[in-house]
Amino acid sequence: MTNATVQIEGQLHAHAHDAVATGVAHAKGQQHPIKLYLVVWGWLFVLSTCSFLVDYFGLHGYLRWSLILLFMVVKAGLIVAVFMHMAWERLALTYAILAPPIAVLVFVSIMVLESEYTHLLRVLFFTTPS
Amino acid sequence: MAETVLTSTGQGAGRLPGWQGIAADWASDQRAFKNVSWGKAMMWIFLLSDTFIFSCFLLSYMTARMSTTVPWPNTSEVFALNIGDTHIPMILIAIMTFILISSSGTMAMAVNFGYRRDRIRTAALMLVTAAFGATFVGMQAFEWTKLITEGVRPWGNPWGAEQFGASFFMITGFHGTHVTIGVIFLIAVARKVLRGDFDVERRGFFTSRKGYYEIVEIMGLYWHFVDLVWVFIFALFYLW
Repeated sequence: MTNATVQIEGQLHAHAHDAVATGVAHAKGQQHPIKLYLVVWGWLFVLSTCSFLVDYFGLHGYLRWSLILLFMVVKAGLIVAVFMHMAWERLALTYAILAPPIAVLVFVSIMVLESEYTHLLRVLFFTTPS
Repeated sequence: MAETVLTSTGQGAGRLPGWQGIAADWASDQRAFKNVSWGKAMMWIFLLSDTFIFSCFLLSYMTARMSTTVPWPNTSEVFALNIGDTHIPMILIAIMTFILISSSGTMAMAVNFGYRRDRIRTAALMLVTAAFGATFVGMQAFEWTKLITEGVRPWGNPWGAEQFGASFFMITGFHGTHVTIGVIFLIAVARKVLRGDFDVERRGFFTSRKGYYEIVEIMGLYWHFVDLVWVFIFALFYLW
């Protein structure tokens, strides 16, 4: 038998085994106390409220932006880590999923530079002096 | 999946923790994500691709907004409502946000009860989640109607930069579509849970494969992702 067939057989076996094991394996693996979810739920409410208060009190400049981004990142982290169980997944999956979006941040910084340059050109050539 | 395929040396591969575990998982001539079922891995990979799509939308919006010399509409006022006699800025988005977060909370609990094989509670919590989702879409329909009657179009709006309309309809429309698909997905899985499909290992209509309670977690991943995207839209589109 080739490697591939061994592999497929292994997977079939794993499937058959899974039918029995899924419930048991996951009942152990992804079962967390309901209280944990309620606490995270509560925190998401608190953090969202904080975000709105930033707007409500009309904060401006770097303070506004650091607060909004901070609340955004913490909320996203809570959802991914607890609600989506990423905190308990295998590291190989965690890095496979979390590393690519970090590349997006590089893209963001490139586009910030680009749009500032475009803005500069528009101000220089297209806006009428008032 | 719990079972690990044995390597030629007879050792169970990929059970190492930490960085050694990552190297072993990725280097193995087998499935990469040990202990993670295909269903779950594929949903994660789909969500990663969806992340890129939403990133592109938000990035284009950011680029348009940062490079325009025309003032951007004040979102705090655009999404304000008059409730009774009081004028509350951003209130519509606030309610929508809390509704979506709550739907994530009920979904997470549904996954938990699913693994405990508590059919009634799982299905009930999923239907509550679907109801929250439908409410969200309903409020979005209201939001769109209000803006359209006020003259917002993909090519213009009464308050400033033309790109506002295009960004708004594109981003919230794509997110709303995701929520709508999620509601349908939730109802379909809730029906299967309620009917006991995963207890009797009934075969699926389209795939003729047996379903497991894990599908509740997999669809939960999708639903939480929809909430996750909203966190970014909410911060970058509405609060900016």
